[in-house]
Amino acid sequence: MGTRDCGHEISMSTPSPGEAGDTGDWRTARPTLRADLCLAVRQNDLACQLCWVYCPDVCVARGIPPTMDLRYCKGCGICAEVCPVDALRMVPEGSPSEGEP
Amino acid sequence: MSDALTVVMTGNEAAATAARLARVQVIAAYPITPQSPVVETLSKWVEDGELEAEMVRVESEHSALTVCIAAASVGARVFTATSANGLAYMNEQIWWAAGARVPVVMACANRAMAAPWNVLNDQQDSMSVRDAGWIQLYCKDNQEILDTTLQAFRLAESLHLPVLVCYDGFLLSHTVMPVEIPSEAAVDELLPRGQPLQVLDPLDPRNVGPVTLADPRPDPGGVLCHGYMELRALHHRALASALTAIPEVDNAFGRVLGRTFGGLSYGHLLEDAEVVLVAAGSLSLELGAVAESLRGEGIRAGVLGLRAYRPFPRDEVRTALRRRQLCLVFDKAMSYGHEGPICSDVRGALGGVPGAPVVYGAVAGLGGRDVTPGQLADTVRRAVADVRAGVRDRPEEWVNLRL
Repeated sequence: MGTRDCGHEISMSTPSPGEAGDTGDWRTARPTLRADLCLAVRQNDLACQLCWVYCPDVCVARGIPPTMDLRYCKGCGICAEVCPVDALRMVPEGSPSEGEP
Repeated sequence: MSDALTVVMTGNEAAATAARLARVQVIAAYPITPQSPVVETLSKWVEDGELEAEMVRVESEHSALTVCIAAASVGARVFTATSANGLAYMNEQIWWAAGARVPVVMACANRAMAAPWNVLNDQQDSMSVRDAGWIQLYCKDNQEILDTTLQAFRLAESLHLPVLVCYDGFLLSHTVMPVEIPSEAAVDELLPRGQPLQVLDPLDPRNVGPVTLADPRPDPGGVLCHGYMELRALHHRALASALTAIPEVDNAFGRVLGRTFGGLSYGHLLEDAEVVLVAAGSLSLELGAVAESLRGEGIRAGVLGLRAYRPFPRDEVRTALRRRQLCLVFDKAMSYGHEGPICSDVRGALGGVPGAPVVYGAVAGLGGRDVTPGQLADTVRRAVADVRAGVRDRPEEWVNLRL
């Protein structure tokens, strides 16, 4: 039992979801969405999507509204910063959420 | 070799010649005394079309080594050279090259570290990166610089480790002596291209050196992969394997080129020596002459020269030094607040060995301070007198210190 079966001599991985582990457990605050404010929802169109554009960890999926993969979201808060209508807010982990992401 | 040509050249030219013979593909360097002529020479050859390589001019040594790491990561044979503060400026990437296991070969024309500013020789620069996980080889003459640099490519590419080829600034880098240049055909035979651990390829992407935290973790395919500590253990084992590979490569080259350099270390007048003088680099050559002269006055002295410093040839040191009366280690560097680094390692190797000699340290030649055979002989005479008087331990002697 050990890591030798992986056959690597160096730290190396193939780009894929979660190749750095479940980074969601690094998060101290989670993005929460108020869907009624989201421009995509209000226009019923793939409008805005800035959270998807800016997420550095590719945790946001385009949609109406955009959805977030909290298994990998590290809680950096960039999505909430770029949201033009304050539909996304960072809520400290452990506190009740204002809405579902 | 019938096609070999003997030319009078400097140590720097010997290092550059080795890189040319190895057909390096990428060179990145920033000038610093006393290394500069190495890359100036290579730059001229590239400009003149004598060497088909890319010469990358960078704004700093940090970038020089970074370019080498990147080029090696796409499978290129790379070379760079530096000294002293340039080596220190590379420090972050020194560790990266080692941990990423890329086969960078770098020449280090040994020079004193500032402050105060000084461009002259000692070995403090390379000693300061001894723990980073590179193979470190020390040369004692210009032929050895050329041959060792060639051997370094073979070691680097077969063990997936970077290699630092060290030689004393000015004493060797700017001193001319006859050097036999092997034929290109001989070098081509000795240096087949190695297969890197991982070649970066946009068509088959990989993350190399991604975040690797404390514990092993399954990859997305469910295979348990190394944590940081497992990778470090593998790295350490690779360096340990160099203890076998360095003499093997030296012998393999010897069969073609007709000369070897002792593998990990070399002895001079060791067989019956009661007093063994230990050093790395050109100082070990000078100590040979000192040992010869001391024998005329009844001191049976011999020399153990270290060619490999990392990995440290512990078993060879033990075998060479057991049942001697005295071992006097000459360092051209200090671990400030403790003692000379080679002295520490020799003491460590001898710990618990039956018949181990008394070990004294001496520090010599810092910042280019002249070290004459007469001063070295005096240092040995004082050490012999102390050991005969029963002194088991004493502070290191600073040779030719005028404080």
